[in-house]
Amino acid sequence: MAAIEFSEEQSMLLETAADFCRTHSPIDAVRIQIEQEHSTTPELWQAMADLGWLGVTIPEQYGGLGMSLADAVPIVESMGRHLMGSPYVATTLAAQALITSGNEEQKTHWLSEIAAGAPASLALTEEDGNWRLQEITATATANGDALTLAGSKCFVLDATQAKVVVASVMLDGVARLVLIQADQIPSGALAREVVIDETRRSYTLQLDGISVPQSQLLDGADFVALEQAAMLLLVAEMSGGLAGVLHVIIDYLTTRKQFDQYIGSYQSLKHPTVQILLSMEACRSHLYHAATLMAAGDAEAAEEAVRMAKAQGSEAFAFAGDRAVQFHGGFGFTYECDAQLYLRRALWCQYQFGDAAYHRELLAPLLLDAAV
Amino acid sequence: MSVTQAELHEFEQQADHWFAENKPATPDFILPETFMEVGTDQQFEYLRDWQNKVYEAGYVGMAWPKEFGGGGMDQVFQDIATRAMAKHRVPFLPNTIGLNWAGPLILHMGTQAEKQKYIKGILSAEDIWCQGFSEPDHGSDLGSAQCRAVKDGDEYIVNGSKIWTSLGSYAKYMILLARTATGGPNKYAGLSFFLAPMDAAGVEPRPIKKLTGEYGFCQTFFNDARIPASSLMGKEGEGWKVAMATLTFERGAVGGQAGGLSMMDLSINDIVELARRAKRNGRPAIEDPHVRGQLVDLITESRSNALMATRSNVPALASDWPTSVSMSGKLRSSELKRRMCQFAISLQGANGARYVSRDAVDGGMWQRSYLNAFSGTIGGGTSQIQHNIIGERVLGLPK
Ligand SMILES: Cc1cc2nc3c(=O)[nH]c(=O)nc-3n(C[C@H](O)[C@H](O)[C@H](O)COP(=O)(O)OP(=O)(O)OC[C@H]3O[C@@H](n4cnc5c(N)ncnc54)[C@H](O)[C@@H]3O)c2cc1C
Repeated sequence: MAAIEFSEEQSMLLETAADFCRTHSPIDAVRIQIEQEHSTTPELWQAMADLGWLGVTIPEQYGGLGMSLADAVPIVESMGRHLMGSPYVATTLAAQALITSGNEEQKTHWLSEIAAGAPASLALTEEDGNWRLQEITATATANGDALTLAGSKCFVLDATQAKVVVASVMLDGVARLVLIQADQIPSGALAREVVIDETRRSYTLQLDGISVPQSQLLDGADFVALEQAAMLLLVAEMSGGLAGVLHVIIDYLTTRKQFDQYIGSYQSLKHPTVQILLSMEACRSHLYHAATLMAAGDAEAAEEAVRMAKAQGSEAFAFAGDRAVQFHGGFGFTYECDAQLYLRRALWCQYQFGDAAYHRELLAPLLLDAAV
Repeated sequence: MSVTQAELHEFEQQADHWFAENKPATPDFILPETFMEVGTDQQFEYLRDWQNKVYEAGYVGMAWPKEFGGGGMDQVFQDIATRAMAKHRVPFLPNTIGLNWAGPLILHMGTQAEKQKYIKGILSAEDIWCQGFSEPDHGSDLGSAQCRAVKDGDEYIVNGSKIWTSLGSYAKYMILLARTATGGPNKYAGLSFFLAPMDAAGVEPRPIKKLTGEYGFCQTFFNDARIPASSLMGKEGEGWKVAMATLTFERGAVGGQAGGLSMMDLSINDIVELARRAKRNGRPAIEDPHVRGQLVDLITESRSNALMATRSNVPALASDWPTSVSMSGKLRSSELKRRMCQFAISLQGANGARYVSRDAVDGGMWQRSYLNAFSGTIGGGTSQIQHNIIGERVLGLPK
């Protein structure tokens, strides 16, 4: 039950990724990037492509490295540690949709593009904020050889950079996935959203007026795998973010003095900080456990593990961000203080793909109602 | 030492078989849950006989040196045997202080003669050990301990008292922290560490009634008690260093323990099972959405603890604070256990208000377990002190 496997290759990936993100995403760079149009620079994106990261999860026959989603975890965790924005997560998830649900032709074309450096994205959530991925209202209607799309999707990350977006739509009463190429999105269909995590570039995608060939409908529609993948990568970001915010807290607690004492000597600051440390260790353990099970292809065990990880991590990271602000006093209330960056990131992670209460509810039957 | 998979597998089956066959019958009296709650002779004898039987069969101290009574084998065998004990839910081994901290300490820094004298008796439970650290006026602030030991020829004369001495009435030896000098540069200087005999004249353990109404620990009085000078461990005045080494064994931050269970195991599955049976307002508690949410949280937390132990075996996945997992083991498990027991009572409706009796749910064991669970959150350094230690030593926060 409690297996965590981590290969030599994964250790190397983790080391490289930690190094890369530390070098390229110091906090000043994060703040500069926040002011830019995109979530990353073309140079950094190219550097990630050169490292092979875009193809980590993509099978070798499509130009990838043929590893699994578990191997993207150390990369995403390191990015989270340094609040590094980029279309990496969105692109990796879009690739995952193609891998689990695409046909040969779709995979050959798009997975090769992604492995070679094309950003991609997912359009799953809608205006009502429902986390159940198959309860959607956007539609596709067959119209000869074409599918006419209608409705709108939200939280489409890095959509203006994506060469292709995988969107969920109802077709004949069934939730399906359809590919939309960048050149099929009319100007004005993408509107930037104001979201709490300013390192993200998030858009609403208006589907009305978009029409795509039937061949862009994915054969399968594995929403279960897609949700698990999305949760896993969010937990990776949270695990990294927890370590990052803990450093921010410790730096202040060991340098700021009040009443002639370092504030870290006060137990009402020290003890919650220890709780944050232990919750970070717990989160990291759940993360790599879930990754191990997903890599092993044990979907049922993986669902339990990844929902636990998402529930635990969401609360832990939100608590850490919240305390980080409080522990900085008046400075914590400023835009200049880094605590807010982590708190905003934590809120984003918490409310994308299900918060703790949601996952607890889904875990209850898995954990409590199994055969006695 | 190289061990083949086949050997391990064979040993696992052998241990599994032995514990299945030899698990003692449940007695008609209540057993204590940890070594800190052994309160009657009946309880003590039952547990001591059990440890002795386990030792005779070779399932404890397997990795300790053969020449002193251990098994001289690879640690993996002990780990397998300990797992078999947990699996069969056999009683714990009562000589916990000897097996888990005095013993490892003696093996780590004792002389050849000390090892010869003490190790075998620790393993066989013939010689029970207790710990004389806390005093009535100094518990968390152990460094200020005042119990005096004054050298007189080849003896020390001890005066003062120690308190909360678990197993004090049954122990043959005590690891004793006493002050041999005053007026040093700081409070720690002047403390010395002894392997003191409890049968010396002038040593008197008096049982103290616990919050459960049972007995379980003692106040140990020293009135001109004479102990041999040779019982000094390390050098005079270096007792604090030795005591700290002991505490690292106690917290499980380093290996070397003899193995075996040191407490009755409470698993989250027991609580899920209780939630199926117990009724709240006429319905099984497990159907209550609020209860379900709390159960999921507790399961997640116990899984966190299990997974942290697993992750420790993958050095590449250590965090920026690599000692946090090992240093927090007692804090995490004792606090979780306390909350699990508290929660178990909440599943019982008005019957939550009962205590040990026939009418109580499961004979009142949950209420008793809850009260006893504070032994983990207070004994061995309180949870508050554990937070301080982790904050200061692991995170580098100021004192
Ligand atoms: C069941 C049981 C068995 C025990 N067995 C043994 C034994 O065998 N041998 C032995 O030597 N001792 C034993 N102890 C004693 C135990 O180690 C002490 O009780 C413990 O260290 C606390 O000391 P104290 O009782 O003096 O409480 P105090 O130190 O007086 O603490 C009182 C309260 O103040 C808090 N506190 C104190 N200092 C601080 C601080 N700096 N920061 C924040 N909070 C603080 C504590 O957390 C606690 O809540 C046992 C205790 C129990 C409950």
